[in-house]
Amino acid sequence: MGEEMRVSWLPAVAVAVLLGLAGYAALFLAPTEQTMGLIQRIFYFHVPSAWTAFVAFLIVFVANIAYLISRAPKWDWLGVSAAEVGLAFCSAVLVTGPIWAKPVWGIWWTWDARLTSTFVLWVLYVSYLLLRTLVSDAERRAIVSAVFGIFAFLDVPLVYLSIWFWRTQHPQPVIGGGGMDRRMWPPFLLCWAALMGVMVLLLRLRYGLEALRHEVEEMKIDRERRKAIAS
Amino acid sequence: MGMARAATILVAKELRTEFRTRELLNTTIVFVLMVLVLFSFTFDPTAAESRRFGPGLLWLALLFAGALMMPPSFTREQANETLAALRLAPIDPMAILLGKVLANFLFLMLTEAALLPIFAVLYDVSLAPVLGRLLLVFVLGTLGLTTTGTVFSALTSQARMRELLLPLLLLPVLTPVLIAGTEATAGLLADPPNLPRLWLLLLVAFDIVFLTATWVFGEYLLEE
Repeated sequence: MGEEMRVSWLPAVAVAVLLGLAGYAALFLAPTEQTMGLIQRIFYFHVPSAWTAFVAFLIVFVANIAYLISRAPKWDWLGVSAAEVGLAFCSAVLVTGPIWAKPVWGIWWTWDARLTSTFVLWVLYVSYLLLRTLVSDAERRAIVSAVFGIFAFLDVPLVYLSIWFWRTQHPQPVIGGGGMDRRMWPPFLLCWAALMGVMVLLLRLRYGLEALRHEVEEMKIDRERRKAIAS
Repeated sequence: MGMARAATILVAKELRTEFRTRELLNTTIVFVLMVLVLFSFTFDPTAAESRRFGPGLLWLALLFAGALMMPPSFTREQANETLAALRLAPIDPMAILLGKVLANFLFLMLTEAALLPIFAVLYDVSLAPVLGRLLLVFVLGTLGLTTTGTVFSALTSQARMRELLLPLLLLPVLTPVLIAGTEATAGLLADPPNLPRLWLLLLVAFDIVFLTATWVFGEYLLEE
């Protein structure tokens, strides 16, 4: 008991400011890309969203393993919270991708390795959340979702490899290959920092909500027990 | 008792249970046959077209059949709470899972044994020259399918809507098996037949990753 949902204003304001700066930097300070033009600026939102989603899914994986080892409910709460938040960012990736692809490639979607495996990733974590809604017992739910989360995470590299061998068309990543203009880096990293801030903020709120839910569930069980004793 | 011996006894038990009624096998084989016939309406089933679409169709049919046939390996135990009895036995919990994985593997291989000749006849594809290599591909793919499928059946055994939930969890995870199995089979049905080692390696990697994961994490699922 004693877990409560506190909205802490300072981090929220800090993230809002960071987000504003990141948006300004991406739209006005970053140089315009030579061939793609303005539409390329969506990259400052698209790629950091993907990275943030991967970080969130990595947190899910770590939380799943930690739950199986420790059996502390807090790891289960962290797992479900990170899965939901990661899914939100993954959805942002899947939406911003086609918006960029239509003017540049001329099509909304192509069955390329990066796109398709991101889509499979999205489906895997949707299944993770769906599984949780269909198991009523809290401990059983925590165990089965932890095991599924681990299997899903282990599957991701295999999915990626198999689709990559199957076909690939996505522009090869410019990051690390030296293909990106040096002036693009600061806005890019600023955007990533801002989105990571949003992710952590959401994660904290969601975690608090899950802790409260747990408390309510415990109270209900307690009340039922008392009723049973009284009658 | 050693794990291998315990697992063998459990496989024998699963087979005995199944062959008393053969419900599961009969239903699955008829289901896959029906899917094969239905697929033929979705494209022009000439030999050339079949070689193009056949491998994918075959693997999709197997994936669906696998997802539908595996829940009983745990729900059958629920009627008399026999899983609790198995857990009480002084054996490694992995032996229980391994026994069920192997039993499901055998059931699905039997289904494939019934399915492949019929597929060859219906779609005018000749499998005989590449039978050995084809068997290798199907053994590797089926092992991956039944390992993940059995674990996920344990996962969903106490969930609501489990018949719908299992395919939902299993099919996206099986993406690598579907792609590698389809591509390897397509290679074997091509003229001249060839078997790209890449796809075999991918199937082997899938099997190793998930057999290991089952070994490490599977026993948590057997808790009550």
